[in-house]
This record gives sequence, C-alpha cells and structure tokens, in this order.
Amino acid sequence: MTTHETPKPAGIFTPFNMIAGAVLLLGFVITVLRFTGGLGAVTNLSHDNPWGFWIGFDLLCGVALAAGGYTTSAACYIFGLKRFHAAVRPAILTAFLGYALVVLALHYDVGRPWRLPYPIFYSPGPSSLLFEVALCVFLYLSVLFVEFTPAPLEWLGLGKIRGYVVRLTLVLTIFGVILSTLHQSSLGALFVIAPSKLHPLWYSAYLPIYFFVSSIFAGLSMVIFEGTLAHKYLHHKMDAEHLAASEGIVFAFGKAASFVMMGYVYIKLVGLAADHNWHYLATGWGAWYLFEIVGLVALPSFLYALGVREKNMRMIRFASALTVLGIVVNRLNVCLVAFNYHLPADQRYFPHWMEIALSVFVVTVGVAAYKFITTRMPVLYGHEDYKHGH
Amino acid sequence: METHFFTLQEFMTFTKGVAYLLMGCGLIGLPLYWIFLTGRDDEMRRF
Repeated sequence: MTTHETPKPAGIFTPFNMIAGAVLLLGFVITVLRFTGGLGAVTNLSHDNPWGFWIGFDLLCGVALAAGGYTTSAACYIFGLKRFHAAVRPAILTAFLGYALVVLALHYDVGRPWRLPYPIFYSPGPSSLLFEVALCVFLYLSVLFVEFTPAPLEWLGLGKIRGYVVRLTLVLTIFGVILSTLHQSSLGALFVIAPSKLHPLWYSAYLPIYFFVSSIFAGLSMVIFEGTLAHKYLHHKMDAEHLAASEGIVFAFGKAASFVMMGYVYIKLVGLAADHNWHYLATGWGAWYLFEIVGLVALPSFLYALGVREKNMRMIRFASALTVLGIVVNRLNVCLVAFNYHLPADQRYFPHWMEIALSVFVVTVGVAAYKFITTRMPVLYGHEDYKHGH
Repeated sequence: METHFFTLQEFMTFTKGVAYLLMGCGLIGLPLYWIFLTGRDDEMRRF
C-alpha cells in the first residue's frame, strides 16, 4: 500500500512559502548588487582573504555534505547492500542539488558566469588542483544528473529512455565514487599550499586524506539528517517500502559513520604526532581544536555507537545533526577561522552580512527545489509502474 | 614540557616513534571499538 497521497492542498501562503519567498527576494537583490557592483559591494573579501564565506560554507561544506550520494549508491550497487535501496534516490537528489548549488554559489564568487566552461574547454591548467576540482565537479554533477533522471523520466512517463538510463547505474556509480574520491581530497589539498597561513593544528600534509575521510561520515550523517527532516515534513509522500527500510538504514548508516569517525579521530592524532603539534593543544587555538575534534567528532561517534547498541533512533538522529554541525565547523575552521591566524585582528576576515544572506538564499533554493521535486516525482516512494524495475 | 630538537634526524626519529606507538594503539583500539559497536547486533545468518 502506498501512502504518498497529498492530504489536502495547503494553499500558496504557507509559512514555508512566505519565509522562502522573502529569502529569495533578498537573494535576488544581492545578486543584482553583486553582478553590478562587484565583489566589493557585497563582501568583505580582500587580497589577504580572497576566499571567504562563500567558499568556506557554500563550496567546502556543500561538497562534503553532498557526499551521501556516492556513499549510499556505492553501498547499494557496488557492495550489494540492496536493503539501502530506499535511501539511494533521496541521497542522489540531495547530492545533485548540493553540487548544483555549489556551482551556483561559485558563480557569485568567481563572477563572469559565461566563462564557466573556460577551465575545461578553452584554457585548462592540468597542473592545477583547482582544474582537477573543476573537472571533477563538472563531471560528477553530470553523473549525478544522469543518475537522478530515472525519477523525472518515470514522472513524465518516458519509460523507454528510463530503461536505458537504469542500465548505466553501475557504471555511473563507479564513476561517481572515483570522481568523489578525487575532488573531495583535492579540496583539502588546496590548503596544503599554504603552510604559513593555516594554523599548525589544522594544517597537515594529510589534509587531502582528512577531507576525504570526513566526507564519508558527512555523507552518511547527512542521509540520516535529511531522512529525519523528510520523515517529519514529507511523511505522507513515503510508501510502505521506504518506511519499512528507513529504520534499518538509520542504524546501519549510524554504525558505519561511528566507525569511520573514530578512524578519523585516530588519523587526526597521527597527524598531530607526525608534525609534533601537541604543545598547541594547551593554547586557545588548542581549546577550539579540541572542541571540534572531541565535541563534534568523537562525541557524536560515541553517541552513534550508543544509539546503535541501544537501538535508540533519537540518539542517532541527534548524533547526525551534531556531525553535520561538526563538518561545517571543520570546513569553516580550515578556510576562515584558522586561516591567516597570525594577522592582526583588524586585518582578519569576517563575512559581510550580505555574504551570509546569500548563503541562506542558496540553501533556501536547495530546500525549495528538494520540496518541489519530492512532492511531484517518485523519490520517497516507488512509482507504481516500476516497483520491481530497479 | 616541550621537546627540543637540534637536527631533522632527531625530529623524525621522535615523531615517527610516537606515530608508531599510536599505530599500535590503533591496531588494538579500533577492533575493540568495532566489538563495542557491534556487540548487540543480531546474530548473522550463516547458510
């Protein structure tokens, strides 16, 4: 039995629509200001701090939290854990929207959007990490688009084309895992070039590994976190298969995230030992570092473990929210807080309110797009005609 | 107390020594954590 019928039309002036509309309007105004007045009109960026909140939050956090796409599809299609199938489409959708919004936000930072294809097709710089990131994001966004198309094709009734796309699933999944491994780590590698600017507690030659490993549990946690919100607000859209599988998915993903997080804490310790940075732990920066590692990685890892052992769903969901917060704090620490740490306070970067407002705008676009798609297309439920066609 | 190093050799010897000790701890600690994590799992079906 499916339960994905809309209970009753709620009208257009719902609280969500009103708030989203106001944010979108503000975002539109800032967009006009940015593309007519330049970066200086809406940001506090400078030559000392050319990468600000848009890179730290929209790009680094966006890419890390969109990692649920490759982790879930790899678990289901490569490792053959078919019991996670119900989580694949929501995870792919979240990843696709996440990467699409990363590219959207990058336009605001880089400017001149009509030159977006230049690094790939016109003047590639194959010796640059940024080229590798650009190529991977370009290719992976295309892969995610194709991976997601079965849902809109089912919605549009184009079963024949859907059949062709579904046959590509395994190839696309393998391609997605390779591309994600490459660019998730490359985002960390971008900071390896700045050993004198990044605080030693966050700087490490292992930054690419830290970014890649943390993206795995970020993705797993994001699937749990997003599932929690979907259960709360889109419960009526889920079918029996999705509802039956969701509990098992939460416990399994919580268990995987817990172990990877403990491994992450361990390799962070090895990094501290390799660079002999123990003495920094006794400083103010050390307290902030310990808060990030103990409070926002080790603690949620332990909460996940307790939740899995006690079969406590609430604890796992709380741990997932804490983990998502931890990833945001980590990426902002590397990109903003611990970056240029030696500069005098008056030369340090703090985002302009319009930078933060634009990031809120980008997130709102994502939430609105997610809601639009999940209320229309078979994402949280299986389409009647293709129940056994996966 | 901060350790002082006078040569790169000393630095590498010390930091690698600590890293190897940590690896020993990891080899014991991480499997123990896995046992804690999966301690109450249902018995796997073997057939």
